[in-house]
Amino acid sequence: MLKVSVYRYNPETDERPYMQDYELEIPGGRDVMVLDAMHLLKEQDQTLSFRRSCREGVCGSDGVNMNGRNGLACIVPLSEVVRGNRLSLRPLPGLPVVRDLVVDMEQFYSQYEKIRPYLIHDAPPPPERERLQSPEDRDKLDGLYECILCACCSTSCPSFWWNPDKFLGPAALLQAWRFIADSRDTATSERLAQLDDLYSLYRCHGIMNCVAACPKGLNPTKAIGQIRNKLIASG
Amino acid sequence: MSVKTEDFDALIIGGGGAGLRAALQLAQSGLNTAVVSKVFPTRSHTVSAQGGITCAIQSDDPDDRWQWHMYDTVKGSDYIGDQEAIEYMCREGPKAVYELEHIGLPFSRNPDGRIYQRPFGGQSRDFGRGGQAARTCAAADRTGHALLHTLYQANLKAGARFLNEWFAVDLIVSGASGAVCGVVAIDIATGDVTALRSRVTVLATGGAGRIYQSTTNAHINTGDGMGMALRAGYPAQDMEMWQFHPTGIHGAGVLVTEGCRGEGGYLINRDGERFMERYAPNALDLASRDVVARSMVLEMLDGRGCGENSDHVMLKLDHLGEDVLNARLPGICELSKTFAHVDPARAPIPVVPTCHYMMGGIPTNIHGQALQVDDEKGDSVIDGLYAAGEVACVSVHGANRLGGNSLLDLIVFGRAAGLHIEEHNRSGDLPEANFSEEDLAPALERLGRLERQTGESVSQVREELQRIMQNHFGVFREGDFMREGIAKLDTLRGALDNLAVSDTSKVFNTARIEAIELQNLFEVAYATAISAERREESRGAHARNDFTERDDENWLAHSVYHPETRTLGRRSVNFDLNHIESDEREWFEPQQRTY
Ligand SMILES: Cc1cc2nc3c(=O)[nH]c(=O)nc-3n(C[C@H](O)[C@H](O)[C@H](O)COP(=O)(O)OP(=O)(O)OC[C@H]3O[C@@H](n4cnc5c(N)ncnc54)[C@H](O)[C@@H]3O)c2cc1C
Ligand code: SF4
Ligand code: SF4
Ligand code: FES
Repeated sequence: MLKVSVYRYNPETDERPYMQDYELEIPGGRDVMVLDAMHLLKEQDQTLSFRRSCREGVCGSDGVNMNGRNGLACIVPLSEVVRGNRLSLRPLPGLPVVRDLVVDMEQFYSQYEKIRPYLIHDAPPPPERERLQSPEDRDKLDGLYECILCACCSTSCPSFWWNPDKFLGPAALLQAWRFIADSRDTATSERLAQLDDLYSLYRCHGIMNCVAACPKGLNPTKAIGQIRNKLIASG
Repeated sequence: MSVKTEDFDALIIGGGGAGLRAALQLAQSGLNTAVVSKVFPTRSHTVSAQGGITCAIQSDDPDDRWQWHMYDTVKGSDYIGDQEAIEYMCREGPKAVYELEHIGLPFSRNPDGRIYQRPFGGQSRDFGRGGQAARTCAAADRTGHALLHTLYQANLKAGARFLNEWFAVDLIVSGASGAVCGVVAIDIATGDVTALRSRVTVLATGGAGRIYQSTTNAHINTGDGMGMALRAGYPAQDMEMWQFHPTGIHGAGVLVTEGCRGEGGYLINRDGERFMERYAPNALDLASRDVVARSMVLEMLDGRGCGENSDHVMLKLDHLGEDVLNARLPGICELSKTFAHVDPARAPIPVVPTCHYMMGGIPTNIHGQALQVDDEKGDSVIDGLYAAGEVACVSVHGANRLGGNSLLDLIVFGRAAGLHIEEHNRSGDLPEANFSEEDLAPALERLGRLERQTGESVSQVREELQRIMQNHFGVFREGDFMREGIAKLDTLRGALDNLAVSDTSKVFNTARIEAIELQNLFEVAYATAISAERREESRGAHARNDFTERDDENWLAHSVYHPETRTLGRRSVNFDLNHIESDEREWFEPQQRTY
């Protein structure tokens, strides 16, 4: 029997959050994903709330904190996180909790929106034809465009915890760099100017929690470094 | 119970590729619109699409023609795809794909800077005479992710309004006018129920692959839009046509893209034999999906499958080399390691045909307008209702969808629906939406019945439903066995009205949502079962052991399921060609289908 301890909070009935303990029998003793275990818990207790969709690590719905580590429940096998037959599940740290494992992502999304996460291009595109981009220029977007907005990184970043409204956080900064790095985007100087204040970018202290947390193997710290270099270069 | 009302000109239910493409059109139109989505838009199932979007943009082959793409699609559909719609999609496709590039989609590129295209199943040059084509535009093997995020971003730029994590429960149909006037919806975060009144409603709620036990589909693919339409009494077309994708990872159901075979991978049986050589000597592993899936099942039934139970075959990729795998199929390598514990650069991936795509859906015209179908009186437009994407059956896929054609369907017909609504608005033709309290009653009563704390278990009923569908309505079907399945479904129906929802709180009550989703799954499953049992022939994805041949005399037709009588009617296939020269028309007439 696996001992699972889950963060519970229902604003309608609970004054404060608490940890609830469950015992879980995994059919056949298999090494299932944490999300599968959460579904089994929900069969025991319908009142447990969490988000999920794709169950294959591409939609970014089920970022949770598993034994102290942020990740996507659907692609983390129990064997990777369970220690001493115990698993503790908590919502992603630092964001307000809506209920149980469901966090309010509003702050996270609004930081994303701030960096203007869309292609800006002065000249009208060629009619009935794509814009050209060399494979080398396209390669510069690898490691950036794959972000699934799961918030595992930003919610592991101390600078984001303290200033979630002013520091953009690793996820938004990674996307800022995704558009600066795109040879088709012409708003580089505006984008850089927008980041050039005390907080938006410079609150990053290179602690690299974000890199360790990213389930897609992306590297926000590196992107942040590249933005800094570009800012320095542009004087 | 009285509920709040909010007013809109146009509502789009669904924030996947189809919904967001329609939304983008409307955000620029000045209409008061919103996208309603039960998940944050980038969590929609479109994000999972891997291989790409098929379209004759003449990048890989400067001589490629949309007419050839159309030929492949018509043939792939086993001749019950509507030709007017297929023509429209293949012809308008390039425009829609270039638009995606213009708004920022990070397509992979060729050395000349143009969009990279890869070969996919069922693709040919020169009306099948010129060998394999490479027509699927790709962003590595994450095309759906790139497409969905780009569309979401473009909508942010255009200032679209989103009602995220709102769940649509039912259509509001005016008893007085018969028009659809919006939806009843739950704000999941608060649990509040609101009547969203709207002059037009676009259903873009995606597929329902969760009716089967083993599926490539996300948990959220529960056929809500279909359920809503069926409960409102609207028909469903070609619901027996479910695509089983050849390469779902054995045990997990997770998909590995057909692009794997497009890049040169192939299937082998327990003897290491490339068995597709026997079933499709020309197209081999890139034959149409229905053909490959059936061949795999036959291999397994003949004892040449892999594993102790001969219950899967292997997809071999290691000969492609690590460089190609990392550049073209990085996501697949990740998924394979996570879910099959196999590094495809070293060992083959165990795969099995897995439920993947719903070819059927709400019948629509090429503007996305939903249709009521009467066996005698013919088609009529349902006022105020549109459908686009996987939930719709404009019928570009007929009895079997070609890979990469769904993403194209989403953006071409999402855009078409948006354009049509815009036009109707300009000409002052948008209907007025007026409903009475009474029109809300069915939805509210239904919600009321889900407040019981005791009764049938949602997860158990769902499992039973999925088991029935998997066993009785799988890749190969048979009359007696399907009738047994229908009887089991009839028994299960009782449980649907008596579901226990022991979570009584309002805030983020996912138990209540899952119960409603289960009711939708059931409606879709039932429509599937009846349609499959009644279509007495084999065509495309619908293969019967008791009617092994295609029967053009009786069944060169759409099936139409009528929910109120639970009966099946027929609707003729559209063969209107508007832009095909007369000397090429013969290519689109029904022929024997071989690969
Ligand atoms: C693993 C996989 C890979 C695929 N790869 C390809 C590919 O390479 N090429 C290709 O062409 N096709 C591919 N397909 C098929 C294609 O991805 C889908 O058919 C397509 O994405 C469906 O898009 P959609 O916009 O219709 O719906 P979805 O993307 O499923 O979106 C549905 C939307 O409706 C919303 N919704 C649903 N119900 C409700 C409700 N009750 N209330 C409010 N909102 C609701 C959801 O929140 C969501 O936003 C693939 C499919 C799978 C499963
Ligand atoms: S490197 Fe910067 S962004 Fe990443 S966790 Fe540390 S402070 Fe946060
Ligand atoms: S960078 Fe990684 S961890 Fe952060 S949101 Fe994107 S995918 Fe998630
Ligand atoms: S459910 Fe989609 S990332 Fe886990």
